[in-house]
Amino acid sequence: MSRLLIVAEHGAGNLNASVAKTLACALELKPAELDVVLFSADGAEAACQQAAALTGVSRVLSVARPENGAPMGAVLAPQVAAMAADYDYVFGPSTTFGKDLMPSVAALAGVPMVTDIMGVEDGRTFVRPTYAGNAVDKVRVPDGLVVATVRAASYKAVGGGGSAPVEALELDIELPTHSRFVEIRAGSSDRPDLQSATKVVSGGRGLGSAENFQVIYSLADKLGAGVGASRAAVDSGFVPNEMQVGQTGKIIAPDLYIAVGISGAIQHLAGIKDAGTIVAINKDPEAPIFEVADIGLVGDLFKLLPEIEAAL
Amino acid sequence: MKVLVCVKRVVDYNVRIRVKPDGGGVVTDGVKMAMNPFDEIAVEEALRMREAGHVSEVVAVTIGDKKSQEQLRTALAMGADRAIWVEHEEAIQPLGVARVLKALAEREQPGLVLLGKQAIDDDCGQTAQMLAALWQRPQATYASEVVISGETVRVTREVDAGLEVIDVDLPAVISTDLRLNEPRYVKLPDIMKAKRKPMDSYTLPDLGVELPPLVERLETTPPPARTGGFKVESVEELVATLKEKGLV
Ligand SMILES: Cc1cc2nc3c(=O)[nH]c(=O)nc-3n(C[C@H](O)[C@H](O)[C@H](O)COP(=O)(O)OP(=O)(O)OC[C@H]3O[C@@H](n4cnc5c(N)ncnc54)[C@H](O)[C@@H]3O)c2cc1C
Ligand SMILES: Nc1ncnc2c1ncn2[C@@H]1O[C@H](COP(=O)(O)O)[C@@H](O)[C@H]1O
Repeated sequence: MSRLLIVAEHGAGNLNASVAKTLACALELKPAELDVVLFSADGAEAACQQAAALTGVSRVLSVARPENGAPMGAVLAPQVAAMAADYDYVFGPSTTFGKDLMPSVAALAGVPMVTDIMGVEDGRTFVRPTYAGNAVDKVRVPDGLVVATVRAASYKAVGGGGSAPVEALELDIELPTHSRFVEIRAGSSDRPDLQSATKVVSGGRGLGSAENFQVIYSLADKLGAGVGASRAAVDSGFVPNEMQVGQTGKIIAPDLYIAVGISGAIQHLAGIKDAGTIVAINKDPEAPIFEVADIGLVGDLFKLLPEIEAAL
Repeated sequence: MKVLVCVKRVVDYNVRIRVKPDGGGVVTDGVKMAMNPFDEIAVEEALRMREAGHVSEVVAVTIGDKKSQEQLRTALAMGADRAIWVEHEEAIQPLGVARVLKALAEREQPGLVLLGKQAIDDDCGQTAQMLAALWQRPQATYASEVVISGETVRVTREVDAGLEVIDVDLPAVISTDLRLNEPRYVKLPDIMKAKRKPMDSYTLPDLGVELPPLVERLETTPPPARTGGFKVESVEELVATLKEKGLV
């Protein structure tokens, strides 16, 4: 029977929503033991308790060290690699946290890695997207430890109600001092988090300016939706980078996705392949977004958006 | 300081990918190939560092078959000083590439190794971090700003929450994000000049590199198709449809 470890992302006293989704993937492997590890400076008690409550968790391990105050891949990787000796699988979420960390863990353990698991065929065979999701590969990993990230958008979060023990773990290893955290500049927003929102409204270059983006925020607030954007909207400075949806931005799976003034480049579509219903609003009837949208509406967004808001 | 910059030959990002009917990968015969877009950004950043006086030499590196030399020539035409071609005909994956790069880093002693944050064919996003781990040097991934001062580099990273700033000591490994810079266009005379720039070649045995076992690809299929739905004629119809589906 196998043992599986999940490296959990957390911050500001909360477990990241990706953990419960990574867990859903991990449970498909039916591991005999499934541990979740959190790295922090102070023990991250609240987040550990949230992890302990998730379905299927055997133990929550808390590794507290001053160096773990900021989640830096180069600092965490040797610690995860040291723990990996006791496991058959080590998984992380496909967030920037997991994507930064897990390849280093694999390299230190001397094994190849699987990025973005979207399906489990058996204990060694996984399904993952390539070419911006335009091809899907079934791959088999060689013998030995399996290190992977899990594509959160492919899984539904497991439920709560569990009560796994939380244990402090000390890892007596030397950590590198060559990398130092300076600061994080996070946009503060009261809107639902893009990666876990059930509804998302996104704007593209068609919005024309940061001021005009107000019509997107306004519709999103009316719907209780998160807000996303195309790369062009981010590059043009309409919105900050954390709002980018797509191959190189966030991969999301809301029930409702409304794309406004977005043409539908393959790199953008890569981020919304798992969305429930896609609505496209674009003045160009030939825009490629209409080839994938479930519901299309052709017209000028500046005229249509206020009308939609009023009709809701 | 010397900079190694990694370039990978990939299917051009404008190409519409077609999966082979027999499940054996995607069609690449007769398909336009190009330098991975993130690597173009890496080359550009290295050139700007040289232009700013932080860097004395920019060395472009690729691991691949004969044709991958084309992408090295592109890097040379952009302005790289010389190139290293590591000849390898068969498939190679990030851990193998990282081992080769580590061997080259030990030989060349660069102050920085710049890579793309991901190759747009395999979408792995692994190589930079793997190299950093093997070389036991810092990894600054998803860079959107890089400022060199003395023996450290301040890197602004695009992360899910926003922008993270870290300081790393040199030598370091940096992977590029889209907003780091806009790569320059290559001019015709530069392409001619690039032909005369030096290109060294190595084989894996030359470098003493043994490749790890591969993740085996069993089958490639197209993704479940999203067929377009229908167009509505009015806002009323849109809102009514969404209400019917219980979405608003
Ligand atoms: C390596 C790489 C990675 C990339 N990663 C991503 C990614 O992660 N995410 C991403 O989004 N892109 C990504 N891109 C960029 C992508 O290729 C496109 O350039 C980008 O998605 C275009 O954004 P857009 O649709 O907003 O702009 P455009 O393509 O310019 O489309 C604007 C649309 O707005 C419509 N419009 C204009 N005015 C109005 C109006 N008044 N009313 C209604 N409609 C209007 C137009 O008809 C047009 O269809 C990537 C590119 C590369 C090379
Ligand atoms: N065969 C290769 N030759 C040179 N550089 C490579 C190669 N494979 C990957 N890289 C570098 O590693 C980056 C990330 O690739 P990947 O980990 O495959 O997504 C690329 O953008 C390149 O900079």
